[in-house]
Amino acid sequence: MSEFLTGPDFPYCKGCGHHLIARNTVRALEALGRDPLDVILVTDIGCHGIVDRNFATHTIHGLHGRSVALGSGIAMGVPKDKQVVVFVGDGGATIGLQHLLEAARLNVDLTVVVHNNFVYGMTGGQPSGLTPCGFRTVITREGSPYPHHDLCRLAHDAGAPYARRLLGLGDFSKDLQEAFQIEGFALVEVLELCTSYGLKMNPELRLRELAEAVDYEPELWTGDQRPALRLEQEPPRSSLLSEGKFSTTEVRFASSLEICLSLVLGGSAGEGAQRAAELLAQAAIASGLHVTKKGSYPVTVGVGFSTAELIISRQPILFHGITHPDAVVITSEDGLAHNQARIRAMDGGTVWLDQRLEPPETKADVRVRDFRGRAGSRNAALYSLLTFVHETGVIPTRALLSAIRTSSIAEYVPDALLEPFEEGHDR
Amino acid sequence: METRLHDCPGRGLALLDGSRLIVESCARAGADTYIGYPITPASLIYSYASRRFPNVLPAPDEITALQWMAGLSASGKLPVTATSFPGLALMVESINMAYMMELPMLIVLVQRLGPSTGTATAGAQDDLRFVHGMLSGGYPVPTFCIADVDDCWILPPVALRTAVEVRTPVVLLTSKEMVMTERSFDLSTLGDVEPITRRLYVDDAPYQAYAADSHGVPSFLPIGDGRHQVRITASTHDQHGILRHSTPEALDNTRRLPAKVTVNTPVLYYLEEREGAETLIVTYGITAGAAREAVKALYARGEAVSLLVARTLVPIPRAYYEIIDHYPRVVFAEENLQGQFSSMLFGDRRPDKVRFVGDVGHMVRPEEIVREVCA
Repeated sequence: MSEFLTGPDFPYCKGCGHHLIARNTVRALEALGRDPLDVILVTDIGCHGIVDRNFATHTIHGLHGRSVALGSGIAMGVPKDKQVVVFVGDGGATIGLQHLLEAARLNVDLTVVVHNNFVYGMTGGQPSGLTPCGFRTVITREGSPYPHHDLCRLAHDAGAPYARRLLGLGDFSKDLQEAFQIEGFALVEVLELCTSYGLKMNPELRLRELAEAVDYEPELWTGDQRPALRLEQEPPRSSLLSEGKFSTTEVRFASSLEICLSLVLGGSAGEGAQRAAELLAQAAIASGLHVTKKGSYPVTVGVGFSTAELIISRQPILFHGITHPDAVVITSEDGLAHNQARIRAMDGGTVWLDQRLEPPETKADVRVRDFRGRAGSRNAALYSLLTFVHETGVIPTRALLSAIRTSSIAEYVPDALLEPFEEGHDR
Repeated sequence: METRLHDCPGRGLALLDGSRLIVESCARAGADTYIGYPITPASLIYSYASRRFPNVLPAPDEITALQWMAGLSASGKLPVTATSFPGLALMVESINMAYMMELPMLIVLVQRLGPSTGTATAGAQDDLRFVHGMLSGGYPVPTFCIADVDDCWILPPVALRTAVEVRTPVVLLTSKEMVMTERSFDLSTLGDVEPITRRLYVDDAPYQAYAADSHGVPSFLPIGDGRHQVRITASTHDQHGILRHSTPEALDNTRRLPAKVTVNTPVLYYLEEREGAETLIVTYGITAGAAREAVKALYARGEAVSLLVARTLVPIPRAYYEIIDHYPRVVFAEENLQGQFSSMLFGDRRPDKVRFVGDVGHMVRPEEIVREVCA
């Protein structure tokens, strides 16, 4: 008995084509001189999948249709000299078609052997996506009315370097050997007939005739040889706490804030409201304060409102939600619409509003300012927060100017916009 | 090659979000592969991971993501992904598989407002019941929950260590407001993260993938090992990893799975008990901040109230029942409508002494908790 096997008999029906696939797989591995422990057999759900126990290789038996994805993960993770072989049926191949195409596209180093007997054998002979037109099944007793997927052509189009369809008759171990030697993705679709359901429903059929009649001819598709996808051991990567994009802030300013201030900035997506709020948050840290900054926006990108909520506090902040803001700054129609109810509910506090907007009814003090006219849509949010800081003194204006000038957006902010906020400048 | 960076975690004050700490902490603990599929509000974690993890792979969908993770885990990697409910829903069958196969991995679940696609950019605590019941058989998947920004650093290594030492998928629960909200943070408060060391089977006797030790956990060998055959299966199986219909050995193996998780999952919670308190506030996750604020406000008014912040959610620690039993009145606070944590503990009929405060669309507010405590 082969060193690849644990016993002489496979758990298949008499005459089932799965026998031949298992035996030819063993022959091919033997011919290549593989060691059983260098082979990982991944099996899907279906009659073919209960063959694990017969193999002396590593075995892993997963879910229906997912074996190619499971095998892909293994092929990416094991050393290059390991041979990953995936056994899957026609049902599993079509449930997991995306996995198969993805493995072909990425050129994962494994060989998928599709046991295509045109039906779901384990569950009673129902049709699959590979059942050819006219093939009778327990569900389509007059013959399947639908065409089948051409799995090899799909894999080929997805980038598979090797895809072969063959009739599961006699010795096809050389074809399997060829596939096993491909460095990258290889697909072997073996056509066979299920003795329990395929032959019973189509007693007159012969495999070769069927293949000819429904354009299931044996064929080899070869594609470009590309490097197989493999996880390389990468060198250590920079800590996210010290990478270039991340900076710490020194306390260089002092704030007169006694307890806590909550601020809502309402603007439009794509106009830098979140970034402006981040810069104010960094300026608050530089002023020795605690801060939280929460963003709210729709799922759309670059369209709709963009609201930032900031809490600036002398004490650590436990809860970062804002129910009744002390201050609201609105730069656009979107921002006003999103915060309208909140502004109306204000019993005090201050609202800074762009002069183009209709002031809402509120008991808050409303200060109308020209944010968009002076700064344009791109810098209106930043300008509005400079105005807010300058007028309230919650932190030194210098702190925010410094945060802006040392940020990645500094080059996009005209000096003329910042200069009026410099100390001693007559606005 | 050693992938751990031997610098101290950090110094200075910074503006950061929880995602950054979660990813950095995972990488320091030894998680080596991140499988990503974008979904709001978990995509920030994916983005950080792409710059930090030794290996990052973009999956074409969440089912593939989990299957790749299972394959990578079987081959000895320690994979991580982050998703939200819609992605988790697709992963569930594969999580069942990984649980049965006993493959370590970490799934960071960033909650957002549901049901269905809900509001992707709004936070929520909507998924605890789903996570609690996502395995056929009702078996527990270890689930930890981030209570505050410090936990973004502390809990990922706990979750990963549990995954490795218990050989199981683990869920780390959090929400949009924790992973996307930025806050001032003193980096010097970060403790060292001890890298996880994996103990592999070293004996000469044939390896059995499901022969458990005295803790109920089988030793691990990566598939493809050069000395021993490794057999793994998602179906009911014996100690050798051979599929069995329902033999006593195979059913014992199935019985072992929930038992090993229950026995070996660390129990983590914060308990602040005040002398004379008649009311206990129970909460977890993003609502912990509001609950702490509420306790502070009540204390300032001279009212004593105790607080339990659960960080281990599944399996349900017995300790929670014991703590709750000490109080004549208990207020559960969480950001959902159904009171998922309390119904997980008590079913759909809460004891009379248990009250609930929660809503959707906004974080539970401290004043809402105060109102319920004083009601």
